[in-house]
Amino acid sequence: MKRVLVVLAALTLISCEREERKFRQTPAEAALQKRERLVSLVAGPYTPDVKIDGPYAYNAHGISEGKRLFSWYNCVGCHANGGGGMGPPLMDERWIYGSDPEQIFATIVEGRPNGMPSFRGKIPDHQVWQLVAYVQSLSGNVPKDAAGGRQENMQVRKQEQSIPDLEPEKAPAEHP
Amino acid sequence: MTIVLMTGIQSALNPAGVQAEKIARLWDLFFWVSAVVYVLVMIFLLAALLRRRPEIVPNATSPRVRAAVSIATGLTVLTLFALLTASIFTGRSLSDVPERAIQIGVTGKQWWWHIEYDDTDKSKRITTANEITIPVGMPVTVHLQTSDVIHSFWVPNLHGKRDLIPGRRLTWTFSADRPGVYRGQCAEFCGYQHAKMALWINALPAAEYASWLEASRKSSKIPSTPEERKGQEVFMSSPCPLCHTIGGTEAAGKTGPDLTHFASRRSIGAASVPNRREFLAHWIVDAQHFKPGSLMPSMTLEPGQLEPLVVYLESLR
Repeated sequence: MKRVLVVLAALTLISCEREERKFRQTPAEAALQKRERLVSLVAGPYTPDVKIDGPYAYNAHGISEGKRLFSWYNCVGCHANGGGGMGPPLMDERWIYGSDPEQIFATIVEGRPNGMPSFRGKIPDHQVWQLVAYVQSLSGNVPKDAAGGRQENMQVRKQEQSIPDLEPEKAPAEHP
Repeated sequence: MTIVLMTGIQSALNPAGVQAEKIARLWDLFFWVSAVVYVLVMIFLLAALLRRRPEIVPNATSPRVRAAVSIATGLTVLTLFALLTASIFTGRSLSDVPERAIQIGVTGKQWWWHIEYDDTDKSKRITTANEITIPVGMPVTVHLQTSDVIHSFWVPNLHGKRDLIPGRRLTWTFSADRPGVYRGQCAEFCGYQHAKMALWINALPAAEYASWLEASRKSSKIPSTPEERKGQEVFMSSPCPLCHTIGGTEAAGKTGPDLTHFASRRSIGAASVPNRREFLAHWIVDAQHFKPGSLMPSMTLEPGQLEPLVVYLESLR
């Protein structure tokens, strides 16, 4: 009986998504790349958007990869470690161009006026999604158990796991 | 067995340098001493098994038994002490480092080797990956550091192991006495693809080494055919230059291996696969097939882009 329980307990680990390592993009992830609207005005009757979580929102490995890429692709050059500099800070509740995963994806891929370059064709899509998950984690918008728990470098802010969950502001922020 | 290992390009029993020679001699000593001890023990054991049990079993405290135990213990301690002394003297002689040596920077990364030939003249610096070229008969000092976790630098034909410890710079001096190609391997578990973190040492005669230096200091070959030019365009417009450098072009990424003279290298992915066209094409579109977990992402290319890209990379001699 005891042995059966141990086996059953071990089996539950199989369904643990947190530690899953995805090295390839699945076709489903590729299909998520529909173009993001840049304005909230939509022609025709009102159609509510189906909210989609990024493929790495619940994945610890994906988020930590996003953290590595955040400095490798020099996001830190303008956004610092989330605190902002030449670019806006990413660790607050203000989202100039939207806080949905698709909107963050579009911000990275399309670029935004006044300085955010377009990374279209420069970063493989699955890595953009990893960056999206990391950017979300900077304001506590991913599950705490998947967010990063340690900082390898000098501590400039709390590690992602300890950042309080900052609800995105209701009204979109003013254009800078 | 020994004869098979003797032919190896990655074998401590086939020493190609002074340091490896000393280690191999120590190994020989240990091997023969252990072999003699083993044979002696077996002979005594066999004799004990075959001998008829005496009428009167000698007491454990009898002088004969005592003498036998003392002799056996004394011999064992003496043998071990002799081996210890030999080991210490070999270690001491290995720590004699020549003053003038070629300086090469080696940085271990998950899971490849970044190689740098420093020079006060900036235009003479060489950056490459997974392949160290050295002249025969000249001592070489590698400056080992790691950018992530612990690794270990081990080229059995040239020297013993030396660990790469995060936050420290360590040196290791060796030399090759005869020209050849030697294979090295990361010898400290460093993650998922530890097994596929190997490197090559090319030991060249002095004249060939000089011409290698000359060639490696040049920037990359300018594409000469339309297909190569198209390949370069593909390279520059895709994610490649964000991580890789090609000297003389705008590609200046620092996180992946330098590709300036990529085609002159023996293998791809830290000696994972030979550097041949079919492997290269497969590597670009699906590196995760050969090396799951490596930081080379799978590339999504338009139809007709892969062929010129491979042709361009193969032209980078």
